[in-house]
Amino acid sequence: MMLETPRELSLMANSMRQDVVRMLLPAESGHTAGPLGMADVFSILFFHEMKYNAAQPKWEGRDRFVLSNGHICPILYAAMARAGFFPLEELMTLRKMGSRLQGHPSMHRLPGIENSSGPLGEGLAIACGMALSGKMDKSEWRVYCAMSDGEHQEGSTWEAVMLAAKYKLDNLVAVCDRNFIQIDGGTEDVMPLGDMAEKYRAFGWHAIEADGHDYDAMISALDEARATKGKPTMIIAKTVPGKGVSFAENNYKWHGVAPKPEEAAKALAELEAERKKIEQSEGLRETSSRGSKKIEAE
Amino acid sequence: MAFTLNNEMHLRDIRSPELKKAATRNGFGEALCEIGEKDASVVALSADVSGSVQIEKFAKKFPERFFQVGVAEQNMASVAAGLAYSGKKPYIGAFAVFSPGRNWEQIRTTICYANANVKIEGSHVGLDVGEDGATHQALEDVSLMRSLPNMAVISPCDFEEAKKAVHAAWKMPGPVYIRCTRNATPTFTTAETPFEVGKMNLLCEGADIAIVAAGRLVYDALIAADELSREGISAAVANMHTISSPDAVALEKLARKCGLVVTVEDHQVKGGLGSAVCETLSDAYPVRVRRIGMEMKFGESGKGSEVMKKYGISKDGIVKVAKEEVARKK
Repeated sequence: MMLETPRELSLMANSMRQDVVRMLLPAESGHTAGPLGMADVFSILFFHEMKYNAAQPKWEGRDRFVLSNGHICPILYAAMARAGFFPLEELMTLRKMGSRLQGHPSMHRLPGIENSSGPLGEGLAIACGMALSGKMDKSEWRVYCAMSDGEHQEGSTWEAVMLAAKYKLDNLVAVCDRNFIQIDGGTEDVMPLGDMAEKYRAFGWHAIEADGHDYDAMISALDEARATKGKPTMIIAKTVPGKGVSFAENNYKWHGVAPKPEEAAKALAELEAERKKIEQSEGLRETSSRGSKKIEAE
Repeated sequence: MAFTLNNEMHLRDIRSPELKKAATRNGFGEALCEIGEKDASVVALSADVSGSVQIEKFAKKFPERFFQVGVAEQNMASVAAGLAYSGKKPYIGAFAVFSPGRNWEQIRTTICYANANVKIEGSHVGLDVGEDGATHQALEDVSLMRSLPNMAVISPCDFEEAKKAVHAAWKMPGPVYIRCTRNATPTFTTAETPFEVGKMNLLCEGADIAIVAAGRLVYDALIAADELSREGISAAVANMHTISSPDAVALEKLARKCGLVVTVEDHQVKGGLGSAVCETLSDAYPVRVRRIGMEMKFGESGKGSEVMKKYGISKDGIVKVAKEEVARKK
């Protein structure tokens, strides 16, 4: 399924946000803020950017999607279900005994998952290994790695950052969910990450900062990544954790908890109201003015 | 009572002055080149120690299939995992204190949980490292690797067996840990000596006590058995190269015959070969087991052989414990 317009992508993101809330409710545990914050990015990656075949998850020509911060898997599962990897109803089995939707993604349980993840600071290295393999074989497919800002506190992340630059992995693009929160509080209080784009540039990457909820800016950044040769690209996607649910937005306490029934009802009501707004906004930037909201390119 | 080697094992004369010496890490490096020749999907990675762990030969022969990751063992493990997920057969090598010492969690999650086809060479293990001292003497690596599902742990006894371990690992899918030593030790096995992952090699028969060893100490165990035979003690010697799944059938047979087992390894006495043998026998046929190894201490500098001798992990240490145990039995 290829969605072209910000309106279509935004409706898909809204559906996935509702999926996230619905699946977390019976799970009674799990992460809320990150999946809601990354819904727009996942909408773009799964329904506009990446090549894959949901009916043939192992298709050799597919782009590889590596989720490094596995705890945001509810949004991955929502995207995969909407993309046709498995039935939507299965989302309700999240974290239950026997479910293919493990609390953190398991590659051997669910076809289409490229890597088991959850432990932070590992996904980028795995993505590098895949990109090296792709380079060796002169493959056309690209590697997409979704990461969190918090996991940049893991030293191992920077080991992979160095390797990607050394081996000029221009078939690799990473998207960092810059939401400024982690379990114990704000990232800049827990362990300041500072200007992440500048750090990446200093490490030899092409770095782009973009609003992670701005479809034009994100699509333009991904286009720029594809056009960038000789170095890997990092897109620092600034997002609002808990996006779309007022009481969860920008509140670090929603990092690692699931909504209770009354909270879920309120969240779904807000998301449904938002959906109505999107549906009514016929003219919502149907024509793309790519790059307009991009904060800075190298 | 004469000391005789098991003919089926095709061993060299262990007392011969002609016996050549080589390190198991060299066997690893040589075999890696051999399989690299046969299989274009074999790739190698090292963390700034490709020369030390003998991956350099592969790197020179197949530069496009070698990845130098720098001093970054955690990255090495997960990058190798990514290569394996994409169909490559990565071999990673570094000092065992750092890999699998430092990158254990990456090995657990990205290699073992994924059952990825990554082979790990942990070199410079044990007190054998000697001069570098305690920080560099990996005495816990077997314990770390043996506790992981899907991981095969092999501790080759000499150069020849290290080569066989690399070839065997190449033929089996999934993660394998191969424990290698720095120092040259006698090559007492031959190309004809059998090697099968998970199968114990009974190198000499005995009736009073069974010495079960792994790694470079298998040779010391044989010399000890020879010495014990002169004092009227009949000691069997077994090479338990696969520590992750000790050969339970062969071990039970040995325990039934001797009724007494001594294990020998250049590793802490908790968590390594000794523990694996105890676990296996406690299920199959419990007998008394004495474990020779590092008594939960850190090592120190000195020549490898000197340090090992000081801590009783040597031929003399084996003879002493064997005599004590046989006397106790009577």
